[in-house]
Amino acid sequence: MRGSMSAGSSNFDEMFDGSGQTRPAYDEYCRWYNEQPAEFLKRKNREADDSFRRTGITFNVYGEDAAEERLIPFDMVPRIITANEWRKVSRGIEQRVRALNSFLYDLYHRQEIVRAGRLPERLLRKNDAWLANMVGFTPPGGIYTHIVGIDLVRTGPDEFFVLEDNARTPSGVSYMLENRETMMGMFPDLFSRIAVESVSNYPRRLARSLAACVPPAFTGGKPTVAVLTPGIYNSAYFEHAFLADQMGAELVEGSDLRVVGGRVQMRTTLGYKPIDVLYRRVDDDYLDPLTFNPDSALGVPGIMDVYRAGGITIANAPGTGVADDKAIYSFMPEIVEFYTGEKPLLPNVQTWRCADKDSLAYVLDNLAELVVKEVHGSGGYGMLIGPTSSKREIAAFREKLVAKPDNYIAQPTLALSTCPIYTAKGLAPRHLDLRPFVLVSPDGIDITPGGLTRVALKKGSLVVNSSQGGGTKDTWVLKD
Amino acid sequence: MLGRTAHSLFWMFRYLERAENTARLLEAALRMALTRDLVTAEAEWRSVIATLGLQRAYEALHDGYDGVSVWNFVLRGPSNPGNVRQMFGAVRSNARTARINISGDVWEAVNENWMKLDALLVRPVGQMAVGEVLTAIRRAGTQVHGAFDGSMLRDEGYHFSRAGTFIERADSTARILDMKYFLLLPSLSYVGSSLDTGQWEQVLRSVAGARVYSWLNAGQIEARGIVEFVVLDDRFPRSLAFCRNALRDNLAALARMHGVEGRSNVLMRDADTRISHLCVDQIFEAGLHEFLIDFLNRNAAIAQAVAQDYRFHT
Repeated sequence: MRGSMSAGSSNFDEMFDGSGQTRPAYDEYCRWYNEQPAEFLKRKNREADDSFRRTGITFNVYGEDAAEERLIPFDMVPRIITANEWRKVSRGIEQRVRALNSFLYDLYHRQEIVRAGRLPERLLRKNDAWLANMVGFTPPGGIYTHIVGIDLVRTGPDEFFVLEDNARTPSGVSYMLENRETMMGMFPDLFSRIAVESVSNYPRRLARSLAACVPPAFTGGKPTVAVLTPGIYNSAYFEHAFLADQMGAELVEGSDLRVVGGRVQMRTTLGYKPIDVLYRRVDDDYLDPLTFNPDSALGVPGIMDVYRAGGITIANAPGTGVADDKAIYSFMPEIVEFYTGEKPLLPNVQTWRCADKDSLAYVLDNLAELVVKEVHGSGGYGMLIGPTSSKREIAAFREKLVAKPDNYIAQPTLALSTCPIYTAKGLAPRHLDLRPFVLVSPDGIDITPGGLTRVALKKGSLVVNSSQGGGTKDTWVLKD
Repeated sequence: MLGRTAHSLFWMFRYLERAENTARLLEAALRMALTRDLVTAEAEWRSVIATLGLQRAYEALHDGYDGVSVWNFVLRGPSNPGNVRQMFGAVRSNARTARINISGDVWEAVNENWMKLDALLVRPVGQMAVGEVLTAIRRAGTQVHGAFDGSMLRDEGYHFSRAGTFIERADSTARILDMKYFLLLPSLSYVGSSLDTGQWEQVLRSVAGARVYSWLNAGQIEARGIVEFVVLDDRFPRSLAFCRNALRDNLAALARMHGVEGRSNVLMRDADTRISHLCVDQIFEAGLHEFLIDFLNRNAAIAQAVAQDYRFHT
C-alpha cells in the first residue's frame, strides 16, 4: 500500500509521510495489513457491520421515524497515537479541564474573571446555558464537569488543536469501548503483536469517579449511582444502557423518580430507594419541570431543590453548558491562563467573534475561506464551510450573519489530518478528529488513553459528525 | 430492581409467549385447512380469529374467512394492533428497556430474531412462505428461552420473566380449549366420527401436544383424555396444571426475595386449592366452559396483583 496514499496532498496524513513512507506509529500495523489476504479483509469488513447490528449498537436519528435505528459506520483501520504524542496531549487536556472547572466555579460565585476585565460580562448574560439557580451554590466536592469530552483536531506532526469543549453531556464513549471490543474480536493477532493501552476499564473508572462525589446527605455504605436516560427512543439510549450496565448502576427514567423526604428516590419493586449520584443524560432544560421547562416529562419535579439542599449529586452539574458556548471557547486561552497561571499547552483554533465589528468585517470579506459556526450550535448543524460551499449558499449565510452577528464565530478552514479508511478499492485517506474522555473527581483528573475517533467517510469532507454520515475508528495509544 | 424494569421483563415474556402461541394456532389451522373441505377450512380460519378475539377488526376489513387473509391479518395486519410483527416489536422494546437486567445472550437472541422476523413480515406472506414464517416465530421463542435458561441470573428479574411466560401460556391454553369446548363435551353421537377426532387433534396441535398425547395414549383420541391431558397433566409444559405449578413457584420465590407476601400470593393459593384436587369428571360435571372462564379470570387477577405488589406503575 506504500505510496498509494496521500503523497502530494497538502494535509497531514497520520499513516504516511509526504513521500509515502509509513510513519513509525503505523509500522507494525502496516506490516500486518500487508500480510492479510485481500479476501480476508473484505470478509472481516462485512462481519463488523453484522456484529454491530446484532449487538444493537445503534443510534436513533432525531426527526426521523421513532423506530428508525442506524449504525454508526465503523472503519476497521485503527487510528494510532504514540505514547509520546499522548503524553503531550493529555497534559494539555488536564490543564484545560482543570481550568474549565475553576472557571465554572468562578462564574457561579464571585466572577473574578469578569471583574479582572478578562471576559466580557455580556457573554454570560447572553448565554442560554447560564443558570441563575446555580449562583452561590457549590456542587458536592466542588466538581462541575464530572465527564468532559475534548474535541481535538490535528494539522501536523506536533500540532493538535482544541476544536470544541463538551462540558455538558459528552457522548460517544460507548463507541470507544465497543470499537475496541470489535477490533479485538476480529483481529486478536494484531493485539498480540502491538502493545496498545487498554480502554476497557473506563466504566470502572467512571463508577469510582462518580462515587467519589457523594452529596452531604449520603448515609454511608455503597453509594447508589443511577444513570438518567430520556428513554429508549433517545439517540444515545444504547450508550446510557451500556454505561449503566457496565458500572452496575440503575438505568432510570424521569417516571421512576420522585422526591420523597428530601431525597430523590427511585421506585423499585421493594418501594422507594434514595439515589446518591445521578449521572444524567438529560439536558438542563428537561431536568426539573418545576424550575425549568414545565412541559418536561423527562425530569424530576423538585430535583433542583433537593440538589441545592445537598440531597443528591447531579453529574454533570446543571449550568455547565455555559462553557460549551463557542463565544466562550474563543476566550479559552485567557481562561486557562487566568486560572492556572500557565500558558495553554493545547492551542485553540484561531477564532473571530462576529460580535466584534472589525472581526465581522474580516469574516464577511473572507467567507469563502472560513468556517462559520453558530455560537450555541452542535452536531455540525447550522454552520458554513466556505471552501466547500456554493456561491448561493455563501450569499444566504451572509444574510444570516449580518442579521445576527452575535450568534456566530468564524475559524479558518483547517487542513485537518487524514487517516486511511478501508474501502472496496483499498485504503483511502479521510479527515478525522479525536474526542478523548476525561473524568473529574475530588481525587483528580483521569484521562482514558484513547478516545473516540470520528472520521468523514466522504472523500474530502470535513464533517465527521455521526448524524451527518460520519463514521468511527478504534483509537490506539501505543504503550512505551 | 426498578418497578418499571420488572414490568418490562414481565411483558417482554408475555409477548414472546403470545407470538409463539399465535404461530402454533395458525400452524394447526393451516394443517386442518389443507386436509379438509372448504367449508371446514373457512370455519377453522374463523375460529382462529375468534380465539384471538379479533372478529370486529377483521370483519371491518374482510367479507370472508380464507387462509391468506387471516394469517396476514394476524401476522402483520396494520389495522390489527396486536399483530405478531408488533408483538415482536414489543418484545424487543421491552428487552431494550430492561437491557441492563437481561444477559447479553438473551438480548442478542431477541435482537437477531427481531431483525429476521421484521424482514419476513415487512411484505404480505404468501402461500409458499407462511410455513417458513411460522417456523421462524416458534424458533425465535425457542432461542430466547434457551439463552435465558443458560445465562440469566436467578434473581427477581428471572422470576418476573417466568411469571409473564406462564401467565400468558395458561391464558392461551385456556382460550384455545374454551373455543372448542363444545367439541370436547362427551356426547355419544359424536364419539368415533372422523370429523370429530380431527377437530380434537386440532386442539392438541394448537397447544403443541398432539404427538406426545398420542404417544401417551397409544393413538387413542377421545375428549375425556384430551381434557385431562391439557388441563390436569402436570408433566405437559403447556397444560394448565403445569403453568399453575410453575407460576406458584415463581411467585413464592419473589415473595421470599422481597421478604413479604403480597396479594398475588394470596390469589395464587386460592386458585391452587380450586384446581389441585380436581379430576376430569368433576370438570365435566360442573361444566368445562364455566371451569375455563373461572380459570381465565383468576389468571388475569393474579397478573394484576403482581403488577401492584411489585410497583410496576406509579
